[in-house]
Amino acid sequence: MATREIAGKTVEVNEEGFMTDPNQWDKEIAVELAKEEGIPELTPAHWKIIEYCRQSAAKTGAAPTLRNITVGAGVSTKDLFALFPKGPAKKVARIAGLGKPEGCV
Amino acid sequence: MKTFLILGAGTGGTMVANKMAQHLDAREWRIMIVDRDENHYYQPGFLFIPFGIYSTADVIKPKRNFLPPQVEVIFSDIELIEPDENRVRLVKGERVIHYDYLVIATGAHIKPEETPGLMDGGWHKNIYDFYTLEGASALSRAFKFWKGGRMVVNVVEMPIKCPVAPLEFLFLADWFFHERGIRDKVDITFATPLPGAFTKPRASSILGNILAEKNIRLEPEFNIMEVDNDKQVIRSYDEREIEYDLLITIPTNMGADVIARSGMGDELQFVPVNKHTLQSNQWENVWVIGDASNVPASKAGSVAHFMLDVLVENILRHMEGLEPQPKFDGHANCFIESGFEKGILIDFNYEVEPLPGKFPLPGFGPFSLLKESAVNHWGKMMFRWIYWNMLLKGEEMPFESQMTMAGKWA
Repeated sequence: MATREIAGKTVEVNEEGFMTDPNQWDKEIAVELAKEEGIPELTPAHWKIIEYCRQSAAKTGAAPTLRNITVGAGVSTKDLFALFPKGPAKKVARIAGLGKPEGCV
Repeated sequence: MKTFLILGAGTGGTMVANKMAQHLDAREWRIMIVDRDENHYYQPGFLFIPFGIYSTADVIKPKRNFLPPQVEVIFSDIELIEPDENRVRLVKGERVIHYDYLVIATGAHIKPEETPGLMDGGWHKNIYDFYTLEGASALSRAFKFWKGGRMVVNVVEMPIKCPVAPLEFLFLADWFFHERGIRDKVDITFATPLPGAFTKPRASSILGNILAEKNIRLEPEFNIMEVDNDKQVIRSYDEREIEYDLLITIPTNMGADVIARSGMGDELQFVPVNKHTLQSNQWENVWVIGDASNVPASKAGSVAHFMLDVLVENILRHMEGLEPQPKFDGHANCFIESGFEKGILIDFNYEVEPLPGKFPLPGFGPFSLLKESAVNHWGKMMFRWIYWNMLLKGEEMPFESQMTMAGKWA
């Protein structure tokens, strides 16, 4: 397993850059990962989604799918794409320190 | 008398009925199977119908022919599953069945109504699906007289049944328009929510190259928001627009509506199960095979086949009071038609992505993995016979349920 340094902390990541241990995550790491995903600043609307995904993953053991986020966090798909452009489920999962969503098979 | 109830008599349900009939003592158990449709559809064959390779008669046979005589077959819609009461309510005659074990095999189905505009105006006029017999047949009629133009193939969202089918459709369309002498008049675009041609990196890059060789444009990360029938464009959430004359859609796939009505499904109406044992997370006498489950494996007949032995063994163990074994590894095996009488074969599971090599005999084959060959094409063509005559009856296949690394080049 590879490791890398984010926001001054050493964390484990997989070959696609997803963190493998959600317990190593914190908000400073999220800010840095968001920048890498092309999101310069995390607003309260971003944090609401990130926190929902963290809670959902803690319960189910896997990063939520796009549909799960829109239903569970009460956000429209359109708004979710505006917050996390291109692939929201994948982007949020990476920023939230979760594995890649399993919806893509 | 105890009851073993199976909901759905498609590929998964039919195989389970055949296997359980061999294992359960008929003096102790009655096996029942419920389905709404008297016909069994060979769904992999739908792909060939638009191109006139298969006709309707090639893909339909009566369900009863594939089920053993001691299994009670009921043709009815299902009103409600009540797993807390071990009870299923049928529509026909308002019949109520009490079960000891329940296997859910109700599959996945397209939901074009989930995408705004998809069913307004253009549906089956210049917008078609090929995941239903009606859609595939309507498209074959449209193709007969089509003079060319912009054809867009769009996957609405993942997961979908047989994730390679859209690629096969594209490859076959390229070949079909070549044969008809109008390939230069057809502009083909593939718009997909995935970052590339396919879900797994190595296969995605190889299949992406084949698309480029065939002059098929790839529009990745395209998440469709709506279809604008007047302007004939599909529009994504990030406001990209693609113009079409002919739109081939792979709509949202969801589990059966009865799963949602019964409060047993996730957001896409798939039933949550343990991905290695196939037992319901919530009810220990409820088991799920095939597309109906939420396991992160491909939704395909080959996957249902690889689930079969694990599922049956685990149910038999459960009947003896033993723990289920976590033996399902997400194994999938797909022949991909690539046109011009060639095909590609891929073999993968939860952990291992499709790799090059030989299958099923290491070093020998006869099939080549992740590479075009004529033998792969004939394997796919032969498979229809194997499906009808061996697979549905749960007969032994010349390879194991679990994926093997032998013969693969990592």
